[in-house]
Amino acid sequence: MSLDPITLSVIQAGLQQVCDEMDLSFSRAAFSPVIAEANDRSDGIYSAEDGALIAQGAGGLPVFVGTMQYSTRVLIEMIAAGTVAAPKPDDIYIVNDPYLGGTHLMDVRFARPFYRNGKIFCWLSNTGHWPDTGGAVPGGFSASATSVEQEGLRLPPVRLFKEGELDPEIYAIICSNIRVADQRIGDVKAQAAALMVGEDRLNALLDRYGDDTVQEAIAELRVRAETQMRSLIDEIPDGTYRSRAWIDSDGVVNEPLAIKLMVTKTPGHLQFDFSESSPPCMGPMNSVLATTLSSVYLAMRHIFPEVPISAGAFAPLEVLRPDGTFLDAQYPRPVSGCAAEVSQRIAEAVFAALVDPLPDRVTAAPAGTSGNFALGGHDPQAGRDYVMYQLSGGGYGGNADHDGLSNGCSTIGISKAPPIEIMEQNFPVLYHKYAMREGSGGAGKHRGGLGLEYEVELRRGTARASFVMDHGRFGPQGALGGADGAVNEVRISRSGGVYTPEHLSKEQDIPLTAGDRVNVKTPGGGGYGDPADRDPDLDREDRRLGRV
Amino acid sequence: MAKDKIIGVDVGGTFTDLVTIDGDTGAIRIAKTPTTLDNQAFGVNNALDMADLDLASVDLIVHGTTTTTNAVLERKLSRTGLITTAGFRDVLELGRRTRPQPYGMTGQFFPIIPRDLRLEVPERMDATGAVLTPLDEAGVARAVRDLLDAGCEALVIHFLHAYANPAHEQRAARIAAEIWPNDYITTGHSLLSETREFERGVTAAVNASVQPLLERYVTRLRNELSQKGYRGDVLVMNGNGGMVSSRLVAREAAKTVMSGPASGVMAAAYTGRRAGEENLLTYDMGGTSTDVALIRDSTPSVSNEIEIEYAMPIHVPMVDVRTVGAGGGSIASVDAAGLLQVGPASAGADPGPICYGKGGTQPTISDANMLLGRLNPGKLNSVTGGVSKDQIADIFADTLGAPMGLDAIQSAEAVIRVANAKMAGAIRMVSLSLGADPRDFALFAFGGAGPLHAADLARELGIPRVLIPARPGITNALGCVVADLRYDYVQTVNLALGADAVGRIHAEFADQIAAGNAAVARETVTLTEVRQLFSVDMQFLGQSHVVRVPLDTPVPTEAELRQGFEKVYWNRFKVELPEIRARIVNVNTSVIGVSDPVDLSRLIDPDGRHATATPSEHRQVVFDGVVHDTPIYWRDHLPADATLTGPAIIEQLDTTVLIPPGDHVTSGRDGNLILHIGGAP
Repeated sequence: MSLDPITLSVIQAGLQQVCDEMDLSFSRAAFSPVIAEANDRSDGIYSAEDGALIAQGAGGLPVFVGTMQYSTRVLIEMIAAGTVAAPKPDDIYIVNDPYLGGTHLMDVRFARPFYRNGKIFCWLSNTGHWPDTGGAVPGGFSASATSVEQEGLRLPPVRLFKEGELDPEIYAIICSNIRVADQRIGDVKAQAAALMVGEDRLNALLDRYGDDTVQEAIAELRVRAETQMRSLIDEIPDGTYRSRAWIDSDGVVNEPLAIKLMVTKTPGHLQFDFSESSPPCMGPMNSVLATTLSSVYLAMRHIFPEVPISAGAFAPLEVLRPDGTFLDAQYPRPVSGCAAEVSQRIAEAVFAALVDPLPDRVTAAPAGTSGNFALGGHDPQAGRDYVMYQLSGGGYGGNADHDGLSNGCSTIGISKAPPIEIMEQNFPVLYHKYAMREGSGGAGKHRGGLGLEYEVELRRGTARASFVMDHGRFGPQGALGGADGAVNEVRISRSGGVYTPEHLSKEQDIPLTAGDRVNVKTPGGGGYGDPADRDPDLDREDRRLGRV
Repeated sequence: MAKDKIIGVDVGGTFTDLVTIDGDTGAIRIAKTPTTLDNQAFGVNNALDMADLDLASVDLIVHGTTTTTNAVLERKLSRTGLITTAGFRDVLELGRRTRPQPYGMTGQFFPIIPRDLRLEVPERMDATGAVLTPLDEAGVARAVRDLLDAGCEALVIHFLHAYANPAHEQRAARIAAEIWPNDYITTGHSLLSETREFERGVTAAVNASVQPLLERYVTRLRNELSQKGYRGDVLVMNGNGGMVSSRLVAREAAKTVMSGPASGVMAAAYTGRRAGEENLLTYDMGGTSTDVALIRDSTPSVSNEIEIEYAMPIHVPMVDVRTVGAGGGSIASVDAAGLLQVGPASAGADPGPICYGKGGTQPTISDANMLLGRLNPGKLNSVTGGVSKDQIADIFADTLGAPMGLDAIQSAEAVIRVANAKMAGAIRMVSLSLGADPRDFALFAFGGAGPLHAADLARELGIPRVLIPARPGITNALGCVVADLRYDYVQTVNLALGADAVGRIHAEFADQIAAGNAAVARETVTLTEVRQLFSVDMQFLGQSHVVRVPLDTPVPTEAELRQGFEKVYWNRFKVELPEIRARIVNVNTSVIGVSDPVDLSRLIDPDGRHATATPSEHRQVVFDGVVHDTPIYWRDHLPADATLTGPAIIEQLDTTVLIPPGDHVTSGRDGNLILHIGGAP
């Protein structure tokens, strides 16, 4: 190798900086709160040959770890095959097709070829979660869709920007198929501008160090990331580790879906076999291959957070293609639950398999649901329709060092929940309770963190409530002798009595009238270790503070 | 008129710094002693003794303290109880459903007030401030007695939507006041009348739980000073960069959190204005961390959304100082990929870098500077353990050099290069997140290690000039001396921009001005003028984030509000959205009592300066792999108009200034040095 190790470190930091600046630019300029506040977006640099991930912003939503390399690879292949128009400088492709290396339809990807001296040097790509892409329900999280067409507008890769200019015809088609289209232009401009920022910064890096040096550094960094990951996974003794995780139902057929995982460790190599998992399902709890892969990667990154995100780090992780299962769904299977829910259950399966060989690194299962409660209705006082989302946290699993965190964000997210006061300002609702859910943490040497309990009343007009949650049937798994955390519960108090969704954690369009109340209890985390080994002082403290 | 004799004394994590300026002669004295963490007043006394001052002749003492910051970070707080809206006592512990880091599903959170001291009473407002459930007054009285019986010393009363209607909080506070034995009662709306129950509640809880500690501390300090003959008022620095009387400071004790870093930025703004540098990025590198802030038009950026650690927001206006990690004690290591990493682990102050000789064995940034000849190896002899340069070199060669195939010196250079690249990236991110391109600013370098790295960082960032003040190591204490009085007010209004909104905004501004003027009038400091700053926080309907729109007047027209918003939005995001309506979220006023100007021209004693710049010695210093025979100058001996060309090193008691080859230095007013990067003007 001719590159000195210092230059290599500096270029690594430089590539990371380019991505971080794209993330920052995207969030700050974005219009939609989903992107601006919740950071439901990600930016990265991808290789010109096969789309392999070179670097990705550190502040991207975890579920996007590695996903864009698949959409970029498919795009490169389609361009080579002539099924997508060839790129020109300053073009930007838009795509949200889940089956072409995507997640759900709401995650809209932009990809921009980055040219040096007339040749494509690499691709810059980003993903932003749009608040709506059409379909049966506002926001796209249908609990009961049976085909992808019901979930929204599906875009193959097309050039939304042609040589720097927004194509008004394509944009008009998009706008006439999505809700609140008038606000989307703010997000489109922000998403495109972030790629421009990336282009400027990457040009500066190349000008400074030289194209050949950077190219060589990229190749070397890939090799080294691979070496680093191999040495870390060698902390795991060779052997086979099995686990299971369950999804309550697909929202349509009321039967649990099983994720069955077998991890095989050989020197420097981990193989993930999901082939025994349930077949594709009717409802939207299918996952597409790219999401399944990135769910494994994000779980491994939770276990080894020190490894930067890059294709090299993924190389020692072999995920056997789980064809024939619901983790490798094909058109037209509905997939809106893949990014928010199925991904977290895949991560749970990875944690559950590896907590035995890596007890100091891995926690018992976290709540593992985004806790999506959507309320759509008409506010007669404000004279307008609205859609309200309440995303909730839950307890984290206990771990080798301490009890699980209470009310933590979903495994795949990093966003904050909105304040109650802002919810009540914007929507005709009144919260009666927002509290720690006592007794919800799984018992253990270190118990699971507590879930959340909230109760909210509709004050005016009528509305429809929808739920896409999970862990209603089976609580988050305890580990190494710890007990499972409490299950998710939904109760609706209406004038006719109390109603519980048939699928426990999933249902769409439950009618509410003023005065009706929704009560949600989110899962507690799994316990870690035998409860008999728990420090009695911790137990006394828990009882004194009403945590158990 | 110049100020009279004034003392600024700042207690930092490691050192207590003192500066005193004589208003008549401009004479300046400086002292630096170790901080005494358990009782900071000891360190303050030691500094006063060291400066050998007759306190009877001192007119004003301004004090920066870490009492409250440390109390919060270490949770050494007064026992505090909470009374809150029924159903919501856990808001302070649930937070906003976050985790400490994006990756890694571990972490813990310790609320300011434990669950058994959080009590609920029936009462409820809606978001418009309409009463839905009347206040249960008997319940309040019961809860107050229960908390008193539980041994609480301070009390928080925090109800939902009190920013919209504080009536219940006010009534409950009156009920409590009849029972509570002291004044330590904080209502949620009183510090910051802004939406967001978690942030407002934590702010109030922090305030209450540090009130008794701060009050006891400043009372003790005042007594000790008066025993030494001091007859004036003691003022305390707030995190907003303004000062307030120690007799009043405990009422809003939360505002003193992070006052030290704010104070340094105020000194930077003051020094910069006198030097004609009104746009600065401040860069304060110490032993354990590096702080960065932005100053535009001599005005530091202020934020009321500071989080001092994970899930610990203190939502009162504070100078927006961002910690970007690395300090001189940051540890370098080679990771499993064979790549050199610097930080985030730090050797801290104890044991500290190897070169401190206190038992540190891991290579740090300071050690790298020592090996490269940038820090004076003579200092090695003066410290306790007596570590030699060879010992440091051996550790670098073994732990860093061997895995990378480099020798000790090359490893040390690598550490500096990687550390500078990462720090530059972090500074760039701070600047961009505040909507500023770093190239439009000069770098203001201070702290013990700032001037050592400033030239390389500026080069990395494309910044043409670095300003190095006369006394980089006592900048925070200097901030105390130059501070003004400052009172900030924030009121949430949430109004769509229109004719109705304008009248309401004018009324809010009028209330805030009245409150601010009254507050300034309670202070005893002499002022040259009282100034008001007005702004509104605005957003487009449908957005969740806001931008701050400065206003020239407290009676803006609808058109002025709209145009102001569009202009700020364009400057920040380069996006115009004429089709979408705007909303006014908060109304903000700052009332500033401007104190007399301070003469900084004698920060370096003119009588000590020599006629020509003569190096005190030459040292072998490594730059870019090449050893340069580098002249070393003593800062206090440089002529007032000195110009130097790199490579050169300028040493002084509190810092070391590094001038790499190709850069040059000129002298400015007040003893400042200006580093011109790569021949920039």
